Amino acid sequence: MSAEPANPSGNGTLKAVRFVLPVVVFAAGLIAWELVVRVKAIPPYVLPAPSAIIVTMINDWGVLSQSLATTLLTTLEGFIAAAVGGIALALLFNQSKWVEYSLFPYAVILQVTPVIAIAPLLLIYLDQQTAVVVCAFIVAFFPVLSNTTLGLSSVDRNLAGLFQLYGASSPQTLRFLKLPSALPYILGGLRIAGGLSLIGAVVAEIAAGTAGAGSGLAYRIAESGYRLNIPRMFAALLLLSLAGIVIYGLLALISHLVLRRWHESALGKDT
Amino acid sequence: MSDVTASSGGDGGLTALSVSLRAVTKVYDSGVMALGPFDLAVRKGEFISLLGPSGCGKSTALRLIAGLAAPSSGTVRVARHEGVPQPGHGIGFVFQEPTLMPWTSVRENVRLPLKLAGVAKRDANARVDDALASVGLADFADAFPRELSGGMKMRVSLARALVTDPDILLMDEPFAALDEITRFRLNNDLLALWRGLRKTVIFVTHSVFESVYLSQRVVVMTARPGRIQADIRIETVEPRGEAFRTSAAYADYCRRVSAAPSYSGQAVL
Repeated sequence: MSAEPANPSGNGTLKAVRFVLPVVVFAAGLIAWELVVRVKAIPPYVLPAPSAIIVTMINDWGVLSQSLATTLLTTLEGFIAAAVGGIALALLFNQSKWVEYSLFPYAVILQVTPVIAIAPLLLIYLDQQTAVVVCAFIVAFFPVLSNTTLGLSSVDRNLAGLFQLYGASSPQTLRFLKLPSALPYILGGLRIAGGLSLIGAVVAEIAAGTAGAGSGLAYRIAESGYRLNIPRMFAALLLLSLAGIVIYGLLALISHLVLRRWHESALGKDT
Repeated sequence: MSDVTASSGGDGGLTALSVSLRAVTKVYDSGVMALGPFDLAVRKGEFISLLGPSGCGKSTALRLIAGLAAPSSGTVRVARHEGVPQPGHGIGFVFQEPTLMPWTSVRENVRLPLKLAGVAKRDANARVDDALASVGLADFADAFPRELSGGMKMRVSLARALVTDPDILLMDEPFAALDEITRFRLNNDLLALWRGLRKTVIFVTHSVFESVYLSQRVVVMTARPGRIQADIRIETVEPRGEAFRTSAAYADYCRRVSAAPSYSGQAVL
């Protein structure tokens, strides 16, 4: 994220160093890569130079951007489904221990079963777009569920007593006490879920892609692999990686903005 | 305050009483007998301290009065205003910790009891301003709890307890975690508030000096199960101030309260 001017505890030069060093390493790596490819005259179908990847990215932008949009849409749909589903299920668990005891083991089973093994089955029973979104949902919903559950049960006992004393109704307690208390946990869960829903979407696309359909970035990677279009594989991979970084950054930023006035995680050390 | 009735039962003697506990016991699920049998009668407008060592059940007694827990046996009676719909509305509670909602402003924290009772926002805001002014925090309405010092947080907690204009103020070791200077200042502020508002105050503390300084009556409790050991009336020239804290009479009362067996260490098992 951009440099925060308002943090007096952070040593300015230290911050700059922490930002500059990884960039220097990245640039050095790229230059070394480019040099090795050129000096050794490695053909692009074995290892494309960074410049070749960039050129491919520009030339194939029409196809790649289309695929990127498809994957991002799937990720977004899976993420929203995971957020809504995870939070709703956690609220349900919080209202009724019976529901929690009955369903929680299945949530765990769904989480620990590798999604790559579930995806082919889903593709048989659901139409492709739905199956891909469901995969993203399955991978991403558990952290939201477990974090929200944790948050809802971490309410300060004295505050809960206070609400009881003033005769708060159940919806009031939920709205004014439990949800705000759980908010940092929920946002933490969403931050994990953002990256996971991208992974879920990619896994499902690859599973679907081998079945011969689809147009997401993961499918592009698989397709380019068959055609030995290695530069395009790298370009698509780069886009996926960037998408992951942007998703994480956005969610971290939202979390920071929401919590910055009160939660420890969003405050400087000496405040 | 003539419009006060007993919340239940037709006990004629209760009219002058604010809180009455009769043969109350509290046994926890673990089988530990926390309290009792415990009898306590608090008159309207009285400031009493429940004094005792840690784990003597004084907080339990407070929670029973507040209705946050039910007694295992015996009766707890609390006089309330008529026509107050919300249970517990006539009671203000100050916990040992400030117990503020960290995610919202001081104003919203103090407004909480009114919001839960469905008071319209405009009426509520006026009362919130009054309550904040009464604890000297009028300028901090828009601050967040973590921007305040420990003493200021406690004041916010006090303002929140006062905002419903309760008849009874229950305070559970509210100043125990504060430094002595802040504590003395808050003691004086609390006395000034009490003189102005004449609410019934039940103040739980483990400090002999604090209990003698603040209250009209000090009820010394024994440990496990909590019972009344001594009931000492503190009579001095009102209003009390720093002069009382350094007087011979104050030292004398402190000595008498400390001489109660649970404090001198003879009867504690």
